[in-house]
Amino acid sequence: MSGYKFDNKVVQWVDDRLPLFSVLKHSTTDYPTPRNLNYWWNFGSLALMVLVIMILTGIFLVMNYTPHTSMAFNSVERIMRDVNYGWLIRYLHANGASMFFIVVYIHIFRGLYYGSYKAPREMLWWLGLVIYLLMMATAFMGYVLPWGQMSFWGATVITNLFSAFPVVGDYIVTLLWGGFSVDNPTLNRFFSLHYLLPFLIFAVVFLHLVALHTVKSSNPLGIEMKGPQDAIPFHPYYTIKDLFGVGLFLIFFLSFVFFAPNFFGDPDNYIPANPLVTPAHIKPEWYYLPFYAILRSFTFDLPFLPAKLQGVLAMFSAIIILFFLPWIDSSKVRSAKFRPIFKQVFWIFVANALVLGYVGGQPPEGNLPMIGQISTAVYFLFFPFLFLLGKIEKPRALPQSISAAVLKDAAHSTEKA
Amino acid sequence: MRKFLLSTLAAGLLAAATPALANEGPEIEKQAWSWQGVFGQYDKAQLRRGWQVFHDICSNCHSMKLVAYRNLSYLGFSDDEVKDFAAEKQVTDGPNDQGDMFQRPARPSDHFVPPFPNDQAARVANNGALPPDLSLMAKARNGGPDYVYAILTGFEDTPPAGHVVPDGMYYNKAFGGGNIGMPPPISDDAVTYADGTKATKEQIAKDVVSFLNWTAEPELDQRKSLGIKVIGFLIVLTAMFYALKRKIWADLH
Amino acid sequence: MAETSTTPQATPPEGETRRDFLLYATTAVGVAGTAMAVWPFIHSMNPAADTLAMSTTEVDISSIAEGQAVTVTWRGKPVFIRHRTAAEIEAAKATAVSELRDPETDDIRVKKPEWLIVVGICTHLGCVPLGQKPADPKGEFGGWFCPCHGSQYDTSGRIRKGPAPKNLAVPNYTFLTDTSIRIG
Repeated sequence: MSGYKFDNKVVQWVDDRLPLFSVLKHSTTDYPTPRNLNYWWNFGSLALMVLVIMILTGIFLVMNYTPHTSMAFNSVERIMRDVNYGWLIRYLHANGASMFFIVVYIHIFRGLYYGSYKAPREMLWWLGLVIYLLMMATAFMGYVLPWGQMSFWGATVITNLFSAFPVVGDYIVTLLWGGFSVDNPTLNRFFSLHYLLPFLIFAVVFLHLVALHTVKSSNPLGIEMKGPQDAIPFHPYYTIKDLFGVGLFLIFFLSFVFFAPNFFGDPDNYIPANPLVTPAHIKPEWYYLPFYAILRSFTFDLPFLPAKLQGVLAMFSAIIILFFLPWIDSSKVRSAKFRPIFKQVFWIFVANALVLGYVGGQPPEGNLPMIGQISTAVYFLFFPFLFLLGKIEKPRALPQSISAAVLKDAAHSTEKA
Repeated sequence: MRKFLLSTLAAGLLAAATPALANEGPEIEKQAWSWQGVFGQYDKAQLRRGWQVFHDICSNCHSMKLVAYRNLSYLGFSDDEVKDFAAEKQVTDGPNDQGDMFQRPARPSDHFVPPFPNDQAARVANNGALPPDLSLMAKARNGGPDYVYAILTGFEDTPPAGHVVPDGMYYNKAFGGGNIGMPPPISDDAVTYADGTKATKEQIAKDVVSFLNWTAEPELDQRKSLGIKVIGFLIVLTAMFYALKRKIWADLH
Repeated sequence: MAETSTTPQATPPEGETRRDFLLYATTAVGVAGTAMAVWPFIHSMNPAADTLAMSTTEVDISSIAEGQAVTVTWRGKPVFIRHRTAAEIEAAKATAVSELRDPETDDIRVKKPEWLIVVGICTHLGCVPLGQKPADPKGEFGGWFCPCHGSQYDTSGRIRKGPAPKNLAVPNYTFLTDTSIRIG
């Protein structure tokens, strides 16, 4: 690996002792990437960029934040009003969290559509799910820190969920709280962990990239690269394409930061936390809403399995089941491009996720609980259906190779022109 | 691609429908505010009028603890005017060398002195109701400034038939449930504006709501003007990235 | 058809310079953008608005008797206010400026000769010198003595002996009345 010879003597000296430049060269200018990646492949690099932005803005916020119940809310307002550019750093961080989930959800759904979770990329998929779980924990704890009404009551509802577990439930909740309700000990430990977890995420992202480099990127056709004619070096082709994606993303992101900074938020969080007054509608941030809907869908107590516990188990299962996707999906064909039935089912799954999200954000009144229950059923039925589908679906003919497909497309477009 | 667009459209429709459905209260009429839109900025003369309304009327019951007197210089007041506003109120300080707490006039660096020393005193003076702090009110309610305006102008002498208003409360058509603890605070000519503007109820409400939006979002002017520069810059940079991308990929096609 | 190239070939010279220009221009704009993005983070570490606002302290000096000294806090730092005796004023004025490491006459260090107001931080390495209380050592020159490394200041707060390079700093202050001052 460190066998590269560099022209620059200084670079060579460093590289002989720490193969920084060799590794860089190996993973960029010499790294074979499929030549046919489309823009859905930009979202991985965007996610990494958002992680870095979140860590940077978070570090600067902590310079002025006080993690004590009597001062937390006011310290955030001091950041907004008195700290130079404090409002900017705060809004970057709050909106960055929403952006992180938008980017990661698109990244995940890309993986679902193109079968990127299939062999040999199972490890890559798992590491991604671990990152997702860590993100959810981090975002949950981060939202508590401003100590607004939603911070407090969201923390109360979610930590109370663990009491659903039989025998040990209440002990777990007391352990999480560090007391008899969400209070200062809870806030302090959430602060500590919220600072820690992003660095764990960073480490898992590193592993995620190592796993990626081991098996190389998949591509929209879902067929492996067969030789150099299918590949192009990551640098400069995908570095510049990623940079272009970064530009577009920043325009999207910063439009919210500068012109609609509270679009994703809840007005109730601008009210200081009051343990004696519950807001009319407690709801989590938008990126949790589908899971919130699943949680609330279970209302019928069963012997030995109260509805609350059913909801908690279903909510966790909704993510855990994704770990088994590489084996649940029995199709030999990866990409939805060649799986006409799977393609339809995928879009139904997406629409269903949006319905779940909507239901999760509304008070459970009228038809909504029933719609939520149907959508929950559809969510879980997706998986056994996938298992069957792989066995009975007749896929379209796969192209011979990536370059063959690319050449064919080029020929078609010149014909049309 | 088509399926993706359809899904996004569905999502967008749902998202747009959500806020309307989340409001169980009456529909809030949208007002025109000087600071709305990409190029919106505060009208400082209006903010000064709004401060006068808050100062003369609202501050008798409502605190505004996150704003400091020195912040008023943004509205165009001179240092001496700011000092005078501050010095109207007394602040507890100390202990002095004798070990006693003492009163002193507020300074510009102090935050607005609340009308009551604590929440319990505020409740006692207001029939058990706690007048909320107004620093963030324009951001702390669904509908924001439109909602606050609707409340201020939503009082009605006669409630609809069959609607019961308990003792000590007042009917307000914009407030959830219709019964609010605050008596109607403004009416025509409730203040006499220093700049001579005609003080109709609507004008007063507009001015004080603008002031409240400033107290909730004092950074707005700088945020929007910086935003225009940043987005403009990014459009240029992204265009350059795109041109460079096409150049680099040209030899592949 | 195996002529499809997989590595970027050298483009004709004219195309190359154009692409290079675009590359350099884009890099320059990108770097400029990054620098502009870094500034708010650095500036957020500068004193915040509320810190800047706490920059004055008012002191009632009516209860400080002649020969007595008082320490107050200003911007988080100690400030020595000494009500000087006639002897102390005389000693300060009589010193030849040429003897001083940091030459300053007493006149320019006070507004009213009986009131000496200096920042109580030794100009060597930042310790708080002794000399405010009657029982404190004041050094050979009747002012202050810094226990950390032995700097000695006179009755005008000027460095006379020891490692400190400069006189005790005189902050901006005004007499609001004869018996009260505002520092800063």
